Amino acid sequence: HLATSLPLPSERDHLRPRIDLIVFMIDIKSKYSLKNVEASLAHVDASFFLGKVCFLVTGVGRVNACSIETNAVCKLGEAYCSPVLFCELELEGIRVATAQRLLRMLQICAGHIRGVSALSFVSLMRNANDD
Amino acid sequence: QENVDPQKTAFLLRKAWTLYSVTPLYRFHRARLRDYARLLSAFIAAEKQKGLAVEVGVELDIKVAVSSLTDLRGSEQDQAAVLVQLSSRSRASSRNSEDKLVWSGWFCSVYGDDLSENVPEDFTCLPLFLTHGAESYTSMIGSWFQKTFDCCFRRLAISPLNLSWMVAMWAGCKLDRAASAVELVFSVPRLSQPLDISYAIHPEDAKALWDTVQKTPGEITQEEVDVFMDCLYAHFHRHFKIHLSAAKLVKVSTAVASAHCDGIVKILHSQYLPGVLMLLTELAISQIQ
Repeated sequence: HLATSLPLPSERDHLRPRIDLIVFMIDIKSKYSLKNVEASLAHVDASFFLGKVCFLVTGVGRVNACSIETNAVCKLGEAYCSPVLFCELELEGIRVATAQRLLRMLQICAGHIRGVSALSFVSLMRNANDD
Repeated sequence: QENVDPQKTAFLLRKAWTLYSVTPLYRFHRARLRDYARLLSAFIAAEKQKGLAVEVGVELDIKVAVSSLTDLRGSEQDQAAVLVQLSSRSRASSRNSEDKLVWSGWFCSVYGDDLSENVPEDFTCLPLFLTHGAESYTSMIGSWFQKTFDCCFRRLAISPLNLSWMVAMWAGCKLDRAASAVELVFSVPRLSQPLDISYAIHPEDAKALWDTVQKTPGEITQEEVDVFMDCLYAHFHRHFKIHLSAAKLVKVSTAVASAHCDGIVKILHSQYLPGVLMLLTELAISQIQ
């Protein structure tokens, strides 16, 4: 399901299936997309930040077109205890690999993989920060 | 060095310079500038023989001059700038006619210590290269330098992030005379017809805004630049309901200098020349590293 911002319209709440993973997409060429994500984060229930949220930064192939500091995005990931993935949608190989990663994450968040839960992402994040 | 002789640097102002980053030059000797001028002259003549002439059907003798601009540097560690000028004298005209400057390019380093600190002895660091004139001459001169000093030239593009630093810094500069407007040009992506939006702000308003944002004079942080830009975007959105933050900032213009994302700058005020060059040197160095 795709949405341009949160919160989702409440009229369809009763028809909506369970949400297992939220991927916030930030276009490195658009400051607006970062602002939009920051505003939408306020509408997400705290329980999602236990491994069911991730940030996807797109457009990283074009360093000369960036309007956002990558530091700012990494800080956002740290603040919300959620992983930040970088990709370039214009390159097919990277697009496919990123989709596969997200799908894998989704399988884990939905509980389809035995022995691994969404909480594993949070503990992985913590280990990386302690270095 | 803040007191650069304005007379000597007057030729730098009000010209559109195309920017390049240059890796350190191997075995470049300042004592041999006249030799280099002669070799470069011969190289250009040879290239023209091969048929790579700039203007077809016009007999032009190209004279090359290579000189040192001793005052154009930041710290003592910086190498003094090197200026290359190509002038032509038409063979048809008389001996007394003036040479016409057809191309100029200069290498410089203003507070480029980050690069020069870590470089072995035989290398000369002049990471910023600025050119004005025909592209064909630029590429000939670039090839000669690359072959002779084993260096590498790359066009220096300026990202929207860096352009917003520039406009915030330059809009905040104190100027005596009435200044021209602060202008930002945005390009809107993904439309069937390309659309450019030009946003002009009265220079006093821009400076007043920057003064409320900047906390420590002489210091600028990313947060301050973000706040400045967000104010401009919010103001525009209030009036036109357009989110400029979703568009690409491609050009900024102030009374101090203007810069385009393709790596073209124009410096308008000699007082701020070292400051502008310091910023450009930094960009060139980060492109090299």
